[in-house]
Amino acid sequence: MGKPRRPKLAVWKFASCDGCQLSLLDCEDELLAVAGAVEIAHFAEATRASVKGPYDLSLVEGSITAAHDAARIREVRKNSRVLVTIGACATAGGIQALRNFADVREYLSVVYAKPHYISALAASTAISEHVAVDFELRGCPISKHQLLEVLSAFLAGRRPTVPPHSVCIECKLAGNVCVMAAHGTPCLGPVTHAGCGAICPAYNRGCYGCYGPMETPNAPALSRWLEELGMDSETLKRVYRSFNANAPAFRQESERHESER
Amino acid sequence: MAVKTIKVDYLARVEGEGALKVVIRDGVVASAELKIFEPPRFFEAFLRGRDFSEAPDIVARICGICPVAYQMSAVQAIENALGVDVGAPLRALRRLIYCGEWIESHTLHVYMLHAPDFLGYEGAVEMARDHADIVRRGLALKKAGNAIISLLGGREIHPINVRVGGFYRTPRRRELQPLAEELKWAREAALETVRWAARFDFPERERDYEFVALRHERDYPFYEGRIASSRGLDISADQFDAHFEEAQVEHSTALHACRKGGGAYLTGPLARYNLNFDRLSPLAKEAAREAGLGPVCANPYRSILVRAVEVLYACDEALRLIDAYEEPERPAVEAPPRAGVGYGATEAPRGLLYHRYRLEPDGTIADARIVPPTSQNQASIEEDLRRFIGGWLDLPEEDLRHRCEQTVRNHDPCISCATHFLRLELEHAR
Repeated sequence: MGKPRRPKLAVWKFASCDGCQLSLLDCEDELLAVAGAVEIAHFAEATRASVKGPYDLSLVEGSITAAHDAARIREVRKNSRVLVTIGACATAGGIQALRNFADVREYLSVVYAKPHYISALAASTAISEHVAVDFELRGCPISKHQLLEVLSAFLAGRRPTVPPHSVCIECKLAGNVCVMAAHGTPCLGPVTHAGCGAICPAYNRGCYGCYGPMETPNAPALSRWLEELGMDSETLKRVYRSFNANAPAFRQESERHESER
Repeated sequence: MAVKTIKVDYLARVEGEGALKVVIRDGVVASAELKIFEPPRFFEAFLRGRDFSEAPDIVARICGICPVAYQMSAVQAIENALGVDVGAPLRALRRLIYCGEWIESHTLHVYMLHAPDFLGYEGAVEMARDHADIVRRGLALKKAGNAIISLLGGREIHPINVRVGGFYRTPRRRELQPLAEELKWAREAALETVRWAARFDFPERERDYEFVALRHERDYPFYEGRIASSRGLDISADQFDAHFEEAQVEHSTALHACRKGGGAYLTGPLARYNLNFDRLSPLAKEAAREAGLGPVCANPYRSILVRAVEVLYACDEALRLIDAYEEPERPAVEAPPRAGVGYGATEAPRGLLYHRYRLEPDGTIADARIVPPTSQNQASIEEDLRRFIGGWLDLPEEDLRHRCEQTVRNHDPCISCATHFLRLELEHAR
């Protein structure tokens, strides 16, 4: 009798920088073990070999910004038993969702000499706006440790342990001095999803929210603190409008400051 | 008339989404297209209206494989606009984090993306079944590069510690010591990598490229230098727009950068090596000679060897920088806003990366231009396909397709980088 069949893993890319799928290749100490535990059935950045679906686990990087990609993600969903989105592009639309607040035709004309040759959707959207998603792993980029946790959890048939609390909690656990309380440095830590290890405060800067909103954030309360530190409404709008601009909690808060102007 | 078309619908082992189409008519390569279908992300558009201090974090997101390069070209260009000089110790730290990116990115390409072409595997995981120790060495070498970026940048991908004026936090001397130990091992591994790659079977294919790279008075270039070419160009970064343009070519839907009044050119490891061999460290020079590389290499299939030599150099240089490191007085110099235009050019692992920013008096970005290496190399990659694959047309189709892919991978194209700047052909959307 042969060995039990290994689960088939597929990695898919939509509009993105490739950084989140690179996180898998950045698991230098674990990559070969991962490749032993699962069958890497489709991962174009790493191999020419591609095995047909269905896949037991699909990791999806990137956001939907074009009609053909909206069709492609539905095919991926159909062929995947479990679908996990990785990174800010896939979970919130990414930095390219800044187009959602602008006129995409005007954007086209800035970058391309003959914009009528290009057709792009007016908005960059999260994968979950198109298909059902089984788990969302946050971050721009994701943490490779959390990615390994997701893979291990999947192999063990349990939910991943990925705390939804704020960067503030991670910061306290790391023993950092609070940059906002001690130095008056604006910080999005109180409303930002944990996972990065609170690296910005550890490097003497404020969190800039690249993991997106935590579970039930109170952004208006943080904004009042930031105003006291001297931030005007234009700056407040901008700080919520970056790598997770289209995540609902950050989107609402940035729009609130836009309407104040 | 016999017409044969070789198509690769989704290029594997490159960064981003691209395809390949080669048309062979009567036994001659009639056309070759590297097609880009990755959707645009509009960085130059949404940088407008952002504060200059946000640029290093934003442009990093153009590429997860070479975010440091984007950060370095951006801070250099913005500091140029602001009239700020960060001074030698901070420049040395920038050079050090750039060493980390070269080691990480080149090692990824050498071991995981390119070597499988020479050894006949679909990818590195498949290669590891027969060559586990070699793949492990590659992964550990890549990790050493990432260790530099993690320490200086806070994390490997999209580092958080780079800012206009310097860094948010600079390391203490003692923090660099464990890194030095890892890099001593890495330098040996890099030397073994050069020797390993030297044994590959390289197709004999050469072309008379115009090589374009930075050239610096003393250093092998990462972070600084004038833009030079093998045909006598010698300009500063602020003259880039006067000498290079993006032109449309009939057979392709993408804009290709070319020399004004000239043609296609090549940037990247071959160009850097050929223009700067004399700036390599003695160890890197000796390893290159031992591997059979002369001071000039015009065979792109040997680029894997040149990348391996550059990894060795980057390890050597990182150790030198750590040894000479003096803690800067402050992590960053003051960078008050003012109106102006600034230019920056650095050497990303894949080649010359040019940035230009125009700032408002309050530091708001008025406009931005970013020209990544892959859009500069696209015309040369297609020309390689037209010129090099002729001798392989009798191969079985699958083997010929593989040769075409290898010919593209010679240049480690990063399509995610190039996309925002290339004209695309996409399905019609609403």
